[in-house]
Amino acid sequence: MSAPADVSSGPPPGLRVSVDLNLCQAYAQCCYAAPRHFRIEGHEALFYDPAPAVQDRDAIERARVACPVQAIRVEEPERTA
Amino acid sequence: MAQEPGRALIVGAGLAALRGAEALRAAGFSGPLTIVGDEPHPPYDRPPLSKHVLTGAIPADATTLPGVGGLAADWQLGSAALRLDRQARMVGLADGRTLPYDRLLIATGTRARPWPNPHEGRLAGVFTLRGRDDAAALRQALAAGPKHVLVIGGGFIGCEVASLCRQLGLPVTLVEPGPTPLARVLGRTVGAFIGAIHEGHGVALRCGSEVEWLEAEDGRLTRAHLVDGSSLATDVAVVALGAVRNTEWLDGAGLSADSGGVDCDARGHVLDTEGRPDPHIAAAGDVARFPHPIYDGRRVALEHWSHAVAQGIHAGRLLAGAEPESPYDALPTFWSTQGDLVVKSAGLTEGADAVAITQGDPAAGRFVALYGRAGRCIAAVSVDSARWLPAHAELIAARAPFPPRGAATDRPNGVAIFEPGFA
Repeated sequence: MSAPADVSSGPPPGLRVSVDLNLCQAYAQCCYAAPRHFRIEGHEALFYDPAPAVQDRDAIERARVACPVQAIRVEEPERTA
Repeated sequence: MAQEPGRALIVGAGLAALRGAEALRAAGFSGPLTIVGDEPHPPYDRPPLSKHVLTGAIPADATTLPGVGGLAADWQLGSAALRLDRQARMVGLADGRTLPYDRLLIATGTRARPWPNPHEGRLAGVFTLRGRDDAAALRQALAAGPKHVLVIGGGFIGCEVASLCRQLGLPVTLVEPGPTPLARVLGRTVGAFIGAIHEGHGVALRCGSEVEWLEAEDGRLTRAHLVDGSSLATDVAVVALGAVRNTEWLDGAGLSADSGGVDCDARGHVLDTEGRPDPHIAAAGDVARFPHPIYDGRRVALEHWSHAVAQGIHAGRLLAGAEPESPYDALPTFWSTQGDLVVKSAGLTEGADAVAITQGDPAAGRFVALYGRAGRCIAAVSVDSARWLPAHAELIAARAPFPPRGAATDRPNGVAIFEPGFA
């Protein structure tokens, strides 16, 4: 089984975050939990960092569990690959 | 099928493919799984490409999706599928190899519709926006501080790029043949409300107009000529003319497929040209055209993020041999972040004969529009009012009467009904 082609040459290993912005209703709990990685722009546009560093794992995890609509998905590639 | 896992093959390496692969594994499929993608990249998330990748807030290569690891999959990336042989149950790749399958998921998605003149489309300064590499190239051009950006096409991608250019402080003109931005999907009534918000942020709207040809000097874009004879100087043009479904590789496979997608039955199996399902093949995501139960079985192909997830999961389970509890019937939903403005939708507006503003006020830039057809609620669009949308989505899923019974909380005197303004 080969790894995805650009895993070795691409971005450094880190967390992977995606947010279902259909679900997101800008309650902004993630912004309090991990302010360097989530922020609200305008009234309800969420910015999030899709590739935070592994050392930010705890803040990201707090954000994930704080989301009232459970829109945040997080993965650590090195743990599951 | 559970006793004889056989080989699973997924053609396409986007969101629907990835979530389909996860669902296939989660449903117990333990055989060999191969995922083929024409791009060299593992599955990545597209929505940031037209937003925070273009602002430079995140690099294009940071968009790899969660879930890529842990699938025990053989990734064949950078080689497009060119043909499908259903009799031999194999897929031929551009590099000459063939891959056998017992269960096949078609998830080849769409590509950006190119500028009709290929020579002009290749000029330096002319861009389309669909993939990760497109976004990286356009980001580089925007970061270089162009004197003017022209956006050709006022659909969702066009509106996102134009509003984002204003966030970057770049002069931008949006040329749209329709009467307002987003008129085809939202109608000109709601399209005009949203267009006015963008104009307020400095986007120059040229609706009811078309770009006829692009002028260049030394291979670099310098000017765009419009059909009305006028022209405007521009050093960047973003061609946002919608998407084309990637079905050409299915030519000759005997499937019911055309530029509008590959047809599926209500369970999710693809149909042959005689209308018979192929139990070895499912399709999901942008490329799959299927009868939607909420809309009287009308065949639709949806280019929505949440649809790629939900139908990918449905198709993955189907191919694993799990009998679906019901036909795929997820309510279509999407979002579009246009600058700081969030436009969200539930349901499908097609065929709407009325629209009501049920919350907020378009003049204030925050509102919900509810669309009706033949006395039933069929769709709703929120503009910076996302928390109101789930309640509207329930009305749509229930095919509730339109106009809705009971005044909205901020509409004690009932709601005003407008002509939606579809062409």
